[in-house]
Amino acid sequence: MVRDVHYAIGGHEVFKGLDLTVRRGRITAIMGPSGGGKTTLLKLITAQIVADRGSVSVFGEDVATLGRRSLYALRQRLGLLFQNGALLTDMDVFDNVAFPVREHTDLPETLIRKLVLTKLQAVGLRGAAHLTPAELSGGMARRVALARAIVMDPEVLLYDEPFVGLDPISLGVILRLIKHMNEALGITSIVVSHDVQQLATIANESYLLLDGRVAAAGRPEQLSTSDAPGVRQFMTGSAEGPVAFNYPAPDYITQLLAEDDE
Amino acid sequence: MNSGGIRGNYLLEGLRRLGSVALFLLQLLGQCVPVLGRPSLLLKQIYNAGARSLIIIMLSGLFVGMVLGLQGYDLLQRFGSEQALGIAAALGLLRELAPVITALLFAGRAGTALTSEIGLMRATDQLTAMEIMAVDPLRYVAAPRFLGGVIAMPLLAAIFSVIGLYGAQLVGVQLMGVDRGTFWSQTQGAVALHDVGEGLVKSLVFGVACSLIAVHEGYHADPTAEGVGLATTRTVVASSVLTLLLDYVLTAAFL
Repeated sequence: MVRDVHYAIGGHEVFKGLDLTVRRGRITAIMGPSGGGKTTLLKLITAQIVADRGSVSVFGEDVATLGRRSLYALRQRLGLLFQNGALLTDMDVFDNVAFPVREHTDLPETLIRKLVLTKLQAVGLRGAAHLTPAELSGGMARRVALARAIVMDPEVLLYDEPFVGLDPISLGVILRLIKHMNEALGITSIVVSHDVQQLATIANESYLLLDGRVAAAGRPEQLSTSDAPGVRQFMTGSAEGPVAFNYPAPDYITQLLAEDDE
Repeated sequence: MNSGGIRGNYLLEGLRRLGSVALFLLQLLGQCVPVLGRPSLLLKQIYNAGARSLIIIMLSGLFVGMVLGLQGYDLLQRFGSEQALGIAAALGLLRELAPVITALLFAGRAGTALTSEIGLMRATDQLTAMEIMAVDPLRYVAAPRFLGGVIAMPLLAAIFSVIGLYGAQLVGVQLMGVDRGTFWSQTQGAVALHDVGEGLVKSLVFGVACSLIAVHEGYHADPTAEGVGLATTRTVVASSVLTLLLDYVLTAAFL
């Protein structure tokens, strides 16, 4: 639950009173333009950063007030799929997926092996268990990172741009996997992406972030039919509208001529 | 800003950095006990910092010893005391040259490797991923590397001393004609346990200083290519200067 969150980086206000609620057992999509604060929201939820004002509650606990031990206990119930995978480069694929299990449990190696192979099979990379992260493509690395994120069977899974760089087959597998984990295991999923089409196929509800606030909320198809100019612009992918495509800059011609003078 | 203001800013920045390193050391020390319970993690880092530095340490030790043999012989024979070459080489190596040069070489090889490795882990979100997996990177990444460096340094300094003494003997006995029996018997008679202890204490202190700086700089490096590069440079500069400063303080304390 995110309540009236304000957050600024270097004087730039990323959130100006953000309010949203993620319900248990649902797939919630967080959409918004690049630089709109989607990844920052995940950092707030996982307490990597703390809001300047407002509160972020996970499992009923305000994450900003938790001590290190309580925070780590809470994080064991979460899984995060990083945009770049963030695999540990001094381990092979198998050890990467086994890493959280070895750190948090006393399971025998035979059981860990079975567990890891099961998760790698789910993402289609059981045969790549012996490869190092340097030998993987970007898409494969993200699939390994997904296997690692689900190996501890978390209650909540956060996905940071999970569809970027995936080929159509991998994309289909990942979409089905997110849906399956939600339906079969009841895992709450928060998917951050700007891929409207893909999100529409799996999300139960969605939030569109514009200008540091929630501009629209509802099912993805409801957002598509919204009349609000900003929401309509984002959902149709139009360059014209209230959401600026260009970063704020001085007048184009004036700047070009001024550089000529120099 | 006037020069006084600039000096003040530099002073404040220096104090801030010193405070940051001191706090980091306390945090590291708190994590060292759990690391001792995971020997595989520690052994890997002793191997990385120690075994992988062996070639450069042995080669440098040999050449430093050989130079010591040449210079020592040249100086001592002016006073007709060339038979004392073994004593001069052994004491010079054990008490001074082995700990200091080992620390300088350690900073250049193992220290830079530590800083860039941890800095790159920071830049590629690996440390953040550990945090999210509820694994403390201070315990899993920083403390084993710090402890590995602290343990490896005296071992490397001891090897440097042995190889250096062999190099001095090679030049003094084989090349310059100093009597072999005199060389070793004088060395054995003159070197006391406290000389070995002085070298050991120095290399331990240098081990703490160099490993701490290397791990701290990597852990707090800006997560960019330039940031990691700058952190690596800072490791070499700070470790080298601190080693020489501490050497003076320790030498004065032991005299």
